[in-house]
Amino acid sequence: MAGIVGYGAHLPRHRIKVEEIAKVWGADAPSYKKGLMLKEKSVPPPDMDTITLSVEAARRALKRAVVVDVADIGAIYIGSESHPYAVKPSGTVVAEAIGATPDIHCADFEFACKAGSEAMYVALSHVKAGEMKYALAIAADTSQGAPSDALEFSAAAGAGAFIMGTENLIAECLFTHSFMTDTPDFWRREHQFYPQHGGRFTGEEAYFAHTKGASNAILKKANMKPSDFKYAIFHQPNGKFPQRVALELGFTQEQIDPGWLAPTLGNTYSGASPIGLTATLDVAKPGDMIFMCSYGSGAGSDAFVWKVTERIDEVRNNAVSTHKLLNENLTYIDYGTYAKYRHKIIKND
Amino acid sequence: MTMFSSRNWREYPHRYRREASKFTKSGKTYYPKRLVDPETGDTAQETVVLPDEGKIVTFTVIRIAPKQWGELSPYALAIVELTDGTKVFGQLADCNVDEVKIGMEVRLEFRRVQTESHHGVLSYGHKFVPKWF
Repeated sequence: MAGIVGYGAHLPRHRIKVEEIAKVWGADAPSYKKGLMLKEKSVPPPDMDTITLSVEAARRALKRAVVVDVADIGAIYIGSESHPYAVKPSGTVVAEAIGATPDIHCADFEFACKAGSEAMYVALSHVKAGEMKYALAIAADTSQGAPSDALEFSAAAGAGAFIMGTENLIAECLFTHSFMTDTPDFWRREHQFYPQHGGRFTGEEAYFAHTKGASNAILKKANMKPSDFKYAIFHQPNGKFPQRVALELGFTQEQIDPGWLAPTLGNTYSGASPIGLTATLDVAKPGDMIFMCSYGSGAGSDAFVWKVTERIDEVRNNAVSTHKLLNENLTYIDYGTYAKYRHKIIKND
Repeated sequence: MTMFSSRNWREYPHRYRREASKFTKSGKTYYPKRLVDPETGDTAQETVVLPDEGKIVTFTVIRIAPKQWGELSPYALAIVELTDGTKVFGQLADCNVDEVKIGMEVRLEFRRVQTESHHGVLSYGHKFVPKWF
């Protein structure tokens, strides 16, 4: 059986409130807060990027994995749409930082917000096939949202890391299912600072169709129903979408609560459902079933059925919890500082 | 000043993994690594990984920063005594400079330490952040 041996997350401490962004662009903050169910979002400072978030999350995953010798990690995959380099891998920096080079396979994945779950899927497949003892999958982003665009209220930063293996598991992966079509709801062309999106087209035909497609297919494959799960995590481009899709599929608010982070974290793009999974594992008990379904524009969803093992209670407290990173030691910044941090003020060299 | 990619690459062991030299005769740890112990002339050593927590011994605040760190100013540079007694020098992040104090507990976090313009190599390493968990 393949599954998770260790997990970890990392989030920036800086936050900006919806009101602060709305004030600058003349937007109606109460309607954004109600319509998107967003209160604030995380903001990475200039010295934090997908690579640094990944290294910290990976180190926490190693602390929880306990038994893993880094030399036995055969692959590192990072899923992100904000790799710091256009050409040069992020994964090799993480491999070097945790001491896993040189006998390792590295690849950076991209698939809008689904790149992280893609990395998890491939890492699981490697260990399941017996190709390697462990594989490290990381989901990380310092998301881009154009000034004044609706995305600017949600685009946030964070990372989740998972060491996959076949022994000493804290969660077994019982089923996976992926569901893809060519749906142009959101994209970023080369040399563009910010992504474009199809407005309302990102809803029914994109997020909801693929999330429901993958979710219904995996439930059928597993011969399970929503009430068989203790928890569920969905991709969270805002607070509203994951809540709506969960309820429409037959899950409850109680099931999504621990991993429903978007209202105060924002949309961490590739990191969204994987970081939600770390927050859920932080509170899960042995035997709990966890449902997870990512979504990436372009478009597709990866769904997973996890079963938590006895080992979770031994390793959970080896690293800081995701909700502690989300809720404590926060620094609120104004729009000017945010614009500087996110390089929205363009200076010549 | 620019960070050449080759120089950056040579510094990975100490910048990325906090590797230091612990000399056999004196038992002293040097960071970054050295080939010879300056006190004893000893070359016998083992590589140790420095701990990721410590306390500020002394610090200074930079308000007029070199260009590559301009967007971070004002920031503090500190000498930190790690939990194993080794003293290391570095930059403080995620910290209002008015709140920095001698004796303050810090944690080492992986950060981008230098960004060479819009086209150059990115340099990574560790910075100190206030310890809060």
